[in-house]
Amino acid sequence: MKTLTSHPAAPDEGIALHPQRGGWLQPIRQYGEYVLGGLTALGMMLTIWAAFLYAPTDAVQGDVQRIMYFHVPMAWLAYLSFFIVFVASIVYLLRRDSRWDWAARASAEIGVVFTTLVLISGSIWGKAFWGTWWDGEPRLTTTLVLWFIYVAYLLLRFYGGRTEGSARGAAVLGIIGFVDVPIVHFAVTWWRGLHPDGYVLQGTSSNMPMPAFLALMLALVTFTLLYAFLMLQLYRLERYTTEAQRLRAIVEYGDDGDISAS
Amino acid sequence: MSSFQTGWQQLWSIVGKDLRSELRARHVWVAMALFSALVLVVFYFAFDLRVENRGPVAPGALWIAFVFASVLGLGRTFASEQEHGSMDRLLLCPVDRQVIFLAKLIGNLIFLGVVEVVAVPLFAAIYNLPILGGALVVIVVLGTVGIATMCTIFAAVASTTGAREIMLPLLVFPLLIPVVIGAVRATQSLVVPVVNDPPWPGLLAAFDIIFVTISALVFQYVVED
Repeated sequence: MKTLTSHPAAPDEGIALHPQRGGWLQPIRQYGEYVLGGLTALGMMLTIWAAFLYAPTDAVQGDVQRIMYFHVPMAWLAYLSFFIVFVASIVYLLRRDSRWDWAARASAEIGVVFTTLVLISGSIWGKAFWGTWWDGEPRLTTTLVLWFIYVAYLLLRFYGGRTEGSARGAAVLGIIGFVDVPIVHFAVTWWRGLHPDGYVLQGTSSNMPMPAFLALMLALVTFTLLYAFLMLQLYRLERYTTEAQRLRAIVEYGDDGDISAS
Repeated sequence: MSSFQTGWQQLWSIVGKDLRSELRARHVWVAMALFSALVLVVFYFAFDLRVENRGPVAPGALWIAFVFASVLGLGRTFASEQEHGSMDRLLLCPVDRQVIFLAKLIGNLIFLGVVEVVAVPLFAAIYNLPILGGALVVIVVLGTVGIATMCTIFAAVASTTGAREIMLPLLVFPLLIPVVIGAVRATQSLVVPVVNDPPWPGLLAAFDIIFVTISALVFQYVVED
């Protein structure tokens, strides 16, 4: 009943982990990752320069505002990750192709890391600007709930192992969890009553000077590149792990890799 | 006979089967009712309630008691099927997966209803809140539908792992936060009327519709094996 997730029909898998394929995509397959990694590293250095030296000091918040050049892109990246989990989960349930499951798993890991960083950087900013580490601000509270949902997702995957049943259960959480996020946001917004100081962050971005805007855009692009780069690495890690488990199962349990056969 | 009538009969025969097996053997609902009563008593001591803070605080205890009891009891939704291997047979029957989900949901609602019939009067008594009435029944039903839906679908998800008991609350609590907020606020407004409060019972109904619909849609993917 419990078989490993590797999908016999998927053309991408097999013992050969580096299939040599021709065609015009070949250079991209071979060097694309290095270019992406290089661009990300370069963009990160530029972002640090832009955030600390190029962008002007905020008139109201002072230097603390510079944390926004990292906080906002990380928040964007977290939400992007969970959106990808949502999409990959739907496609996995419809097509039963393990590759979408690996993508969902990889994206959830990135999302949890960046949600954690968003919460930490948001708290630091809150301590400096509000004077408290935590406030019932709706976006902050929603992000905390989001963190709990996707840490539970990773735990579910951890306890479930690499079985198909576990992958389907996780996909269901990937879908319901993402649908739940706007509902949570809606509920916590109304929970305190709509108080106007709940949207302090918006006030800083609405009438932003041009250099600050450019720095933020640069940071957003860089972090999106970082997401793509991390996705490539984690996706490959997922693929190799599954493959390694399948090979180990073949050695231990017989030639079809079916654990339940023994 | 139309397919709707067939589905309706299948629904109630599964609900009847679950209720019979529950009444004959397991008595989980006794443990759930006792547990929720116990949570109410523990919170009574933990909060040191006085007349002036009783109204805003007490409804939270009621809903935490319900959520805890649900997670404890409803995690067993599919446990007896899996222990006796009858899940495969249930899935082999020519029954829609949505019908199985709705049947399990209705069964869980009945269990929770029994728990609440015990817990709500106890709550009103020990917290000394005269809030028993039609409005409270509506709020309790709306909140319970949301809690039971999430517990039913994620009982199935959690049982795909070897750590069902600990996974179920971790999965369900964060997702249930909107329902808990809505239910607690609606119950509070019965005790201390609030002006300019959003229409929480209506919002709860909307949350319930979203949760039931999406859970019924994805349930088929969890149970197939």
